[in-house]
Amino acid sequence: MKRNIKKSKDVLSNKTNEGWVYSSTVKKHFFKPKNLFLKDPKNGEFDAEGQVGSPQCGDVMKIWIKIQKTGRGRVSTEIIKKLKWRTFGCASAIASTSMFSVMVTEKGGMKLDDALKIRPQDIMQRLHGLPARKVHCSVLCDKAFRQAVNNYFRNTKQYNRIIVDGAKVIDKNLNITDKDIEDAVLDGAKTLLDVQKKLKVGVGDPSAIPEIEQLIKFYNEKYYG
Amino acid sequence: MKQIYLDHASTTPLDKKVAKAMAVCQEKIYGNATSLHKLGREAKTELNKARKTIAQILNCRQEEIIFTGSGTESDNLAVLGVMRAGKSLGNHIIVSSIEHHAVLYTAEQLEVEGSKVLRLKVDKDGIVDLVELEKNITADTVLVSIMYANNEIGSIQPIKEIAKIIKQKNPKTLFHTDACQAAGYLDLNVQNLGVDLLTINGSKIYGPKGTGVLYVKAGVKIDPIIFGGGQEQGKRSGTENIVGIVGLAEALKIANAKRKIESIRETKLRDYFIKQVLAKIPKVVLNGSQEKRLPNNINISILDIEGEAMLLWLDKYGIYCSTGSACDSQSLEPSHVILALGRPYEYANGALRFTLGRGTTKKDLDYVLKVLPKIVADLRKISPVNVNL
Repeated sequence: MKRNIKKSKDVLSNKTNEGWVYSSTVKKHFFKPKNLFLKDPKNGEFDAEGQVGSPQCGDVMKIWIKIQKTGRGRVSTEIIKKLKWRTFGCASAIASTSMFSVMVTEKGGMKLDDALKIRPQDIMQRLHGLPARKVHCSVLCDKAFRQAVNNYFRNTKQYNRIIVDGAKVIDKNLNITDKDIEDAVLDGAKTLLDVQKKLKVGVGDPSAIPEIEQLIKFYNEKYYG
Repeated sequence: MKQIYLDHASTTPLDKKVAKAMAVCQEKIYGNATSLHKLGREAKTELNKARKTIAQILNCRQEEIIFTGSGTESDNLAVLGVMRAGKSLGNHIIVSSIEHHAVLYTAEQLEVEGSKVLRLKVDKDGIVDLVELEKNITADTVLVSIMYANNEIGSIQPIKEIAKIIKQKNPKTLFHTDACQAAGYLDLNVQNLGVDLLTINGSKIYGPKGTGVLYVKAGVKIDPIIFGGGQEQGKRSGTENIVGIVGLAEALKIANAKRKIESIRETKLRDYFIKQVLAKIPKVVLNGSQEKRLPNNINISILDIEGEAMLLWLDKYGIYCSTGSACDSQSLEPSHVILALGRPYEYANGALRFTLGRGTTKKDLDYVLKVLPKIVADLRKISPVNVNL
């Protein structure tokens, strides 16, 4: 019991904006990351790779995947046999990618279609929380994964399975999409005012405001609800 | 485990003598300095003693010292107070682009309220452009606020020269400097400096946190930002924090006495560390000027890796420093100071700041020089980034 109390001191609710302390799980994965890939890949070692981010914005993720196909035709399944990665980023970027790599490869490997359904908050839950303003880091690792998977689909000529990020323009004046609003919410925006501060959205096109407000509510519930 | 504190620009530990002076005061003094009775008078005596000590060090009159609750509050009072009181004179304020947020965000607020704000550029060493300053002072310029020494990169501004330029161009324009980082290392004589307002605080000079001073030259019009009982000549209401003020005065006295010797000692350590770290780790650059910087400030960008990750590894080894990385800021914006030097974002994201203090020894720095190269090598191994210098 005592031990639990001591442990919980490290964990901070992901809803707070005040300061941050990482959970002990985050620390474990940060100091001893799992599934790191430090060499250059050999020919055929992986089926695809994906990379997102830039050093300017502070995070870069690179992911390599090896897929195993079992069965044939309609009953065939694709299992993630290996997921290796490298990252330039902060502790939560490193820890969340490490956790993600564990999640998709543990217990013999996850089905590809299931792995694509992993949401940032699923990773966060396994990490026992991340500070709210750090959430965008873990979102990056599933984006890198999705890119790797898309490359895999391309490499295996499964073009119909490629996932295209559908973005819908909400504010016509500034060409701001629902993706931009999702990103703003992931960066900690909770209200219309917060989002407007970040994007100046709706300032020039007030008719967009009701839809923006709906989206803010939707994404806040999706990620923090 | 060893604990090596290299974050003195964030805050300093409390000097033992200061702690003692505060303890003695706390024991005896509890009256309100505004009360007329004996206990009130006792508090008033302590307050005046502290004020006198500080006035002597700044070489100003006692009534020119305003006690506040922090460096941030002093900066806010200076900027808001002077701009609001000077409305009949104009509506223009000039600040440097590398000011502390206590000045920068206050100026931003003034902008929202309708003031014109000019943010002065700095050169690659972090020094303001004096020609641009001169050019931009107009009849409308009420205040110029430029920090004495920068908190992130330690660059030292030519305050005397700036004061001269301002007064020559527009004698009515007032000059405020934030000297929080300069205190303890640089001359604080306001007559020599030629400033109209100057901020210092306790928490950077081995004094108590939650204490600040604003020097306001006699005759300078300033509106209060806190209203109430009319303490500090109506410029800053609120019952005086006598224990804090006594501690602050004691801290400044000690800092002033140690200033020269400590500056020489820390400059040597600083230069040693910079030389060694540049030699031991590839792809490292020094941010800010090599010479025109505070004796205790080291700020380097280590490329291809991210500052927060380095900071947490160093923390594991008992070494405490800070970073300019976006990941370590509330706003997720990388250091505005490093960016103002003309450095790209990836330099700010890989910036580490080590700030030395009275307790820092060469042995401490050697330990950092032993640990840091390994951390950097390990993090570079897992990084997919390889930036060209």
